[in-house]
Amino acid sequence: MANGSSTSHYPAATIIQQIETHTLSVLVDNEPGVLARVIGLFSGRGYNIDSLTVSETEHEKHLSRITVVTSGTPMVIEQIKNQLERLVPVHRVVDMTIAGPHIERELAMVKVRGKGEHRMEALRLADAFRARVIDASTESFVFEITGASEKIESFVALMIPLGLVEVSRTGIVAIGRGPEGM
Amino acid sequence: MSKDMTGAEMVIEALADQGVEHLFGYPGGAVLPIYDALFHQKKVQHILVRHEQGAVHAAEGYARSTGKVGCVLVTSGPGATNAVTGLTDALCDSVPLVVITGQVPTHLIGNDAFQECDTVGITRPCTKHNYLVKNIADLPRVLHEAFHIAKSGRPGPVVVDIPKDVQFATGAYSRPKDFQHKGYRPRLKGDLDRIKAAIELMQHAKRPLFYTGGGVVNSGPEASHLLRELVKLTRFPITSTLMGLGAYPSSDPQWLGMLGMHGTYEANLAMHDCDLMICIGARFDDRITGRLDAFSPDSKKVHVDIDPASINKNVKVDIPIVGDCAHVLEDMVRLWRASAAQPAKRSLDAWWQQIEKWRARKSLSYRNSNEIIKPQYAIQRLYELTKDRDAYITTEVGQHQMWAAQFYRFEEPNRWMTSGGLGTMGYGLPASVGVQLAHPNSLVIDIAGEASVLMTMQEMSTAVQYELPIKIFIINNQYMGMVRQWQELLHGGRYAHSYTEALPDFVKLADAYHAVGIRCERPGDLDGAIREMIDVKKPVIFDCVVDPNENCFPMIPSGRAHNEMLLSDATISIEDAITEEGKVMV
Repeated sequence: MANGSSTSHYPAATIIQQIETHTLSVLVDNEPGVLARVIGLFSGRGYNIDSLTVSETEHEKHLSRITVVTSGTPMVIEQIKNQLERLVPVHRVVDMTIAGPHIERELAMVKVRGKGEHRMEALRLADAFRARVIDASTESFVFEITGASEKIESFVALMIPLGLVEVSRTGIVAIGRGPEGM
Repeated sequence: MSKDMTGAEMVIEALADQGVEHLFGYPGGAVLPIYDALFHQKKVQHILVRHEQGAVHAAEGYARSTGKVGCVLVTSGPGATNAVTGLTDALCDSVPLVVITGQVPTHLIGNDAFQECDTVGITRPCTKHNYLVKNIADLPRVLHEAFHIAKSGRPGPVVVDIPKDVQFATGAYSRPKDFQHKGYRPRLKGDLDRIKAAIELMQHAKRPLFYTGGGVVNSGPEASHLLRELVKLTRFPITSTLMGLGAYPSSDPQWLGMLGMHGTYEANLAMHDCDLMICIGARFDDRITGRLDAFSPDSKKVHVDIDPASINKNVKVDIPIVGDCAHVLEDMVRLWRASAAQPAKRSLDAWWQQIEKWRARKSLSYRNSNEIIKPQYAIQRLYELTKDRDAYITTEVGQHQMWAAQFYRFEEPNRWMTSGGLGTMGYGLPASVGVQLAHPNSLVIDIAGEASVLMTMQEMSTAVQYELPIKIFIINNQYMGMVRQWQELLHGGRYAHSYTEALPDFVKLADAYHAVGIRCERPGDLDGAIREMIDVKKPVIFDCVVDPNENCFPMIPSGRAHNEMLLSDATISIEDAITEEGKVMV
């Protein structure tokens, strides 16, 4: 019993499985502390949060919709869904990644500072990415861009040499395709 | 009919409406209005503990021995933080509790006021649900909702944090009828198709095994009754976790004893070698599974649990059934009876022969002594001398707890109160206070270790105040025995800080509490001393001085599989076991 694993009274970790990324939509009562419950569950049980968005979506019923992108082994993803469903203020949890075709979007506001040719180039690229100018000064722009995360990543990367100052992103929101709701 | 009353009065009114007879608590500044409301009524009896942790454990003992919700009232700040261990314990072991905490007035919340703490923040991960009630209008609903959540589904502790100004405020109180929560609706009935699939597997299994847990006990007496019926009908062997002891009678030949880290040889080998595992109300905890990748490699697994999050958490199962144990067992019994194709009786004979060979090794054997009391012997004698009485057993945590689980034999559910999931030293004494209060004429014994019991010893004072004749049976080996055992087996016998050099004189300590102290040091005196303890109608501290070096076997060392158990040197060898079996067969 000299080897390391048997000097603890806990079993060793088992073989690492494939890590997957899933997008979950969670319908919750919009009451104080509900976000803390969800986040506390993730941190307390060692789950990952890659992206998290939350806002009230049905005012009269006081329901909020949380979209959380998480990664883990299939068993962990299953656990996350079950653990979320166990929270009292949680009404429904839908795994968008396996529920069927769905759309994921993100919004970013990108501030770029520059003059002359850099400024013109930023404007041309923004046009190509269908980003809108929502604020301008003689030496800066703020662009609003919406789309899949990869599109925003590429746009932001292109802005770096042109004078990127800062980025503010919403994180991912998701919705299923077709006529049915979650 | 609604009545106007203060928030403090609402608390008492709601408790009374919920049928609460006993409230364990400790007063303080932020709950004084509720204590004032308690003063003016007779419906709810308050039990004054000596520490808030004791209040929560007492409520746990009360809840687990009755099936009712245990209730606690503590003040803000340290009152609430002292309750945290008990809350976590209740969450791990699925014990229904409603814990009411006082809070500083709403306008001071967040101001670092005197005795303020973020109670809902601190207790969020250690409760099933919690509330901060900032508005008197919400209080009646929240109080009743708290009871509903605590006792339904997988039971657990619920905290209701009430600021002092809300306790003083006046509002309308009425008792809600037909409570329905808008989002929270635990599922009781299991999916019938899956239950049918499970029955199908059960009919064709060659080496089946029931593995049951605390969920059966939590589901109520009907679940235990149905379990017994199903086990008898099927002739399958049955084992149980620490938490599930008593759901199936240990005197029955189909009972294999407890499984897991300190479970019997036959139970663990049956788990390893079975071809069908029917898990009912247990959760594949790491004390049960040992090494996961070698856990019962050749079996199909059926898992019945009311908590979907317990399914496929540690072990992937073939047929998950989400539902209440009693409901699912009822369907199982009905379907088994209805099925035409009952398995031929003979088909299980080979499996039972194998199990009898394992059983013949007598894995709980130990070498007894005439000179010194062996801890196993002490518990065996305690069992023999109390088994015909109306007895309830609580324990602390450690070696004595495992020996109690191995050697005290339970026939009924709700008779065994132990801290399983969290492993809280100091649980047993206050738990026995709660049990005795719920069962004033029963014999309530805390099988304790001398180290554990010192953690909550102050509750002896509570027992004496309320004339609760609890028996604290201390297996005194002067060590934190389980720590010492691990240090011996895994850390080269370096006994770092596991020996208590300055123990109190427990007999004098009992005397100081106005209780009765008994010491026993010799095996020959044990029976007489235990009888004396039983006969005393007062709280007793029994100092049973035992062999300090005894280890708890069998034992599955960590990182090992079920079939790699360490056995005591008193265990019968495989060869002899087979010979003995041969004799039996002849």
